[in-house]
Amino acid sequence: MLEVRDVHSGYGSTVILQDVSLRVDEGEVVTIVGANGAGKTTTLRTISGLVTPVAGSVHFDGEEISKLQPHEVVDRGITLIPEGRQLFPDMSVRENLMMGAYRRAARSAQAQTLEEVLDLFPRLGERLEQHASSLSGGEQQMVAIARGMMARPRLLMFDEPSLGLAPIIVEQVFDVISKVARTGTTVLIVEQNVFHTLKAADRGYVLENGEMVLDDAADALLRNDHVRQAYLGI
Amino acid sequence: MQTFLQIIANGLMLGGLFAIVAVGLTLIFGIVKVVNFAHGEFLMVGMYATYLLTTGLGVHPYATAIAVVPILFVLGALTQRFLIQPLMNARDEHIQIFATVGLSTALINLALLLFGADIANTPNYQLRSQVEIGPVRLLQGQLWVFLAAILLVTGLQLFLKRTNIGRAIRATAQNRAAARLMGINDRFVYILTFGIGAACVGLGSALIAPLYPSSPTIGTYFVLIAFVVVVLGGLGSIPGAFFGALLIGLVDALSGFYIGSDLREAVVFGIFLVILILKPSGLFGTRMSLSHVSP
Repeated sequence: MLEVRDVHSGYGSTVILQDVSLRVDEGEVVTIVGANGAGKTTTLRTISGLVTPVAGSVHFDGEEISKLQPHEVVDRGITLIPEGRQLFPDMSVRENLMMGAYRRAARSAQAQTLEEVLDLFPRLGERLEQHASSLSGGEQQMVAIARGMMARPRLLMFDEPSLGLAPIIVEQVFDVISKVARTGTTVLIVEQNVFHTLKAADRGYVLENGEMVLDDAADALLRNDHVRQAYLGI
Repeated sequence: MQTFLQIIANGLMLGGLFAIVAVGLTLIFGIVKVVNFAHGEFLMVGMYATYLLTTGLGVHPYATAIAVVPILFVLGALTQRFLIQPLMNARDEHIQIFATVGLSTALINLALLLFGADIANTPNYQLRSQVEIGPVRLLQGQLWVFLAAILLVTGLQLFLKRTNIGRAIRATAQNRAAARLMGINDRFVYILTFGIGAACVGLGSALIAPLYPSSPTIGTYFVLIAFVVVVLGGLGSIPGAFFGALLIGLVDALSGFYIGSDLREAVVFGIFLVILILKPSGLFGTRMSLSHVSP
């Protein structure tokens, strides 16, 4: 479904990713784990069109998408839920969700998608008319995920969904991600919370200093010595 | 008492005039985050367009709005696309401001070249005749300006709050990166917004031309007050610009009569300073709209 081939990418003259390749198949939950600054966010930004790679290519369903603008990538069925939630602070929760369904294809199904999303996040149903900035951090993360789902993406990408959240909320977030995956949406997660993510994923990649150093089934990575020493502290 | 009411009415009419000029300015600032120093010259271009169409075709000046509003929309959209957008990623955002100052100077001199320094009077079709409303007398044209300002402000608010593209415009202003991830084409939003902001002043120029003579520097006269109105109302706030304009209009009219017409501007700017000291974000400003200006 998604194929990133030999991508070099970065900002201006600063190269972050070197020769990064990865593959996500339909229906999978794939994760990229790695330390802060390893290039995880840049990988997602490159796929979503916010950053254009210097070299290499990104293919989605066989189509080259690395030169597309972000809104064109959204049209292809890829949505990124950015790090740090990035809600529209002066809009209500309902308006935030409506913005998620901004592109034409998603807009026509907006009412139905909203119902489905609220089934998954009953709490948000009670908060629809509240300003997004008045919600707690955990609730804001739920709005960010719900907003991403409103686009009805085929591939949903999460950038650090557990960042800055209390442990109990982290559990809820991963619970929700599993539910999203069960609806048939393909998921790509980038995380520093290695244990939780590998538990939730089918396959994983380990990114270090802008290079992919490992890729394997998630449970194999959980048993991998390097992963255990470097990321799980065991 | 009768005099007082007349002064209040004059002040409100003046406020409507300021509002119709300031609304586009505050919209462009609030969304595109560019201070458009050429806004007054957009007004000047619109007034000359109204003058030429009215005299050339022999039509009512208000009828020219059908052409002047789209012309100004295109002028604004082109400004964003070919002047501001190439500078979006400039190292220093002040470069965009200098670009609009340059555009302002270029438009003034272009007008001097085409029309000379003389003023051009647009036929006013009885719009300068007086009407009596209760105890006060007003110019017909002033009333239409005031009414148009109310409709414009209300219409813009509804457009921004109730339509999909309006929500996309607000979303882009609140968080550009997130808006792009939602599939909003931010460049298109900026071009559209700049166009709408210029179209607002286009509507204003068709209404103002019958009341004030056009000249190459007419824009600077209005735009200085418009800037005060925009800052006073809260940068980027459309209702703020409207009520700020009414306040400035009232202060102008009252101080002109009771204190002395030479001192009107001193009083206007004095009150402006006091309000900013007491409420730095402006009357309708939020913390967010202020954060646009501080680095």
